[in-house]
Amino acid sequence: MTDIARSASAASQSVFDSDWMIRVRRGSEALAIPIAALLVSALLFSIFLLALGKSPAQFYQLIWLGGFGTGFSWSNTLLRAAPVMLTALAVAIPARLGLTMIGGEGALVLGGFTAAAIAIPMIGGGAPIVMHVLMFAGALAVGAAWVGIAGALRQFRGVNETISTLLLSYIAIAIMNFFVEGALRDPADPNKPSTKALESVEMIGKLPGIDVHWGLVFAIVACVAVYVLMFRTTFGFACKIAGGNARAALAQGLPVGRLVIVATLIAGACAGMAGYFEIAAVHGKANASLASGYGFTGILVAFLARQHPLAIMPVAILFGGIAAAGGIIQRRMGLPDATVLLLQGLTFVVLLASETFYGRLTLFNPKARTDRT
Amino acid sequence: MPLDRFSRRSFLQGTAAGAAALSLGDIKLAAAQAKVTIGIVYVGPKDDFGWNQAHAVSVAALRSLPNVSIVEEENVPETAAVLKSMESMINLEGANLILATSFGYFNPFMVDAAKKYPKVTFRHAAPLWEKDKHPANAGSYFGYLDQAHYINGVAAGLATKTNKIGFVAAKPISSVLRNINSVLWGARSVNPNVTLQLIFTGDWALPVREAEAANALAGAGCDILTCHVDSPKVVIETAERRGIMSLGHNASQATLAPKGFITGAEYKWETIYRSYADDIAKGQPVPNMLAGGYEKDMVRNTAYGAGAPEAARKAADAAIADLKAGKRILKGPVKDNKGAVALPSADGYDNLDRVLDGMNFLADGVVGSIT
Repeated sequence: MTDIARSASAASQSVFDSDWMIRVRRGSEALAIPIAALLVSALLFSIFLLALGKSPAQFYQLIWLGGFGTGFSWSNTLLRAAPVMLTALAVAIPARLGLTMIGGEGALVLGGFTAAAIAIPMIGGGAPIVMHVLMFAGALAVGAAWVGIAGALRQFRGVNETISTLLLSYIAIAIMNFFVEGALRDPADPNKPSTKALESVEMIGKLPGIDVHWGLVFAIVACVAVYVLMFRTTFGFACKIAGGNARAALAQGLPVGRLVIVATLIAGACAGMAGYFEIAAVHGKANASLASGYGFTGILVAFLARQHPLAIMPVAILFGGIAAAGGIIQRRMGLPDATVLLLQGLTFVVLLASETFYGRLTLFNPKARTDRT
Repeated sequence: MPLDRFSRRSFLQGTAAGAAALSLGDIKLAAAQAKVTIGIVYVGPKDDFGWNQAHAVSVAALRSLPNVSIVEEENVPETAAVLKSMESMINLEGANLILATSFGYFNPFMVDAAKKYPKVTFRHAAPLWEKDKHPANAGSYFGYLDQAHYINGVAAGLATKTNKIGFVAAKPISSVLRNINSVLWGARSVNPNVTLQLIFTGDWALPVREAEAANALAGAGCDILTCHVDSPKVVIETAERRGIMSLGHNASQATLAPKGFITGAEYKWETIYRSYADDIAKGQPVPNMLAGGYEKDMVRNTAYGAGAPEAARKAADAAIADLKAGKRILKGPVKDNKGAVALPSADGYDNLDRVLDGMNFLADGVVGSIT
């Protein structure tokens, strides 16, 4: 090989290995692996459908029709996606600190209940804006406190945060039921215990042009804001360091305890906001229907989005679409409701399994060794 | 081969659509029998041995009618999801009659949908619709299941040996309290020594609590168990396992207790659904409010099981005949189980008197407490 040829090859090598190129490769890895996992789970699910004697083609066609095919389907999908984006943030923010917190359901329920309780003396009072501001603030504060409790228990008492957030969710639902069936029960409704309902003019309206409430806009803004906070500020960077190695972070002088508390408060506030919109835009009153599983779907969405606030938005919309299509799948294909849950569960398992491929594929990491442990 | 089946199905659908297009010329036939697409939404699984199954079985009985098609959705929560489910049935499936079968679907979800789709008929399975408050295309239907529970009580009063009936209930709300009291009133009408022991579980579906409550009642000497929870399966099976008798609720549980089943209180939604389908097919207005008990053939009792002795069957049959004739269950003033007069009228109350809809007490003879 001549010198000229050698130096040309070295130059191309350096372009190939440049920072920019590595970032492109890493970026495409973060995109390609989840998409491949989605395709694999769709394939596995097709085998399951074939075993049942149903057509996978029809199934996916109906998912498209029910979730994304018409304007109505889109509003159905986005309506379901909005609260899930917020509860997914409640999982993704602590995850940045290495905490697995799954208490979004509890913070949503208690936040929503607080909003409904605050509203009671002001219903029909003629100052809906004041009422909504107080409801919003109350829901965020209580949601924040609820997940914050788990953060504090973790930081100061070493209580496992996964277990405590899960158990706190059940306590939250019990607290709501206690008040809704007791002191705050609206006597006008003898059969379904509920708090007093907002008047329909006092409810938060729909977005212009689409049949979805304002919670969607707030959820999208929250996702972007959390992205900026966790990925573009020193606070977010400190959280990442603390999540990577808490001792090293302490040695660097980072206030790990304060980071944990603040991050869990923000996480809880996100779920509390979802609760506020359920009350202010959907139910108008608190009752047992408030605990309908958005918090738990949020866990799934956050993991699928690999805890990334921006990725949460498309994943929540995908899951909203699958849920929205659940009805038409039942009706047209005669499959039970659990079918859609099975697809979600299967996707989750395949996605977790796909984690193992990060950093191991030479396509995305030229220097990776397949025997790396 | 599944794929073959698929293509055959789509072929059939295609030809059906073609045939429908061809028959458009035959307008007379179309006008005589308008097409009814019923969209029905359930809060739980269709095969829960309870409330949802009672609806599913009844609506399935309409499938054989030539002009009726049915679209169903189960496990739809009482959230914005139910609004979207109903809209989806209307927009994508052309449903013109929506049946919302869970209590919490009504307000705001079904009311909102009725306002948005004024040409679609909406009916909800609880007596909540009010003429001046709610849209005219919405409405309610309801079966007075307390009458069938009363018959349960009559049969139980003559089947019990310990004079103690056990009742597992979900929540102390009016419709539940009324069923509890009705079992006792039925039993006391034939056997004044009967008492009813009551345990509340606190929620509609708590299978573990229901099993504990059923065992506790069996341990306390009750030889007949019944319940008002979403799915009576656990209570009935526990009774059978303990070797005691049982009374059903909502749908037929006869197969769960081949030895001890006496009879059960069942809705007969079929009567209502059939009349809706007929009205729509004939182009007649559908009544906004349709409610009744035995006198309108809207409730029934499950066929007697091995637990029902001859005397109990006879007494229950006679009591059913009385209810069909509209004879009153409550013939005089009624006391609650704390000794106070709960219902004062000396003449008693008509079986469908709206005063009874808001029942908020446990009758004299019930061992238990609302709080």
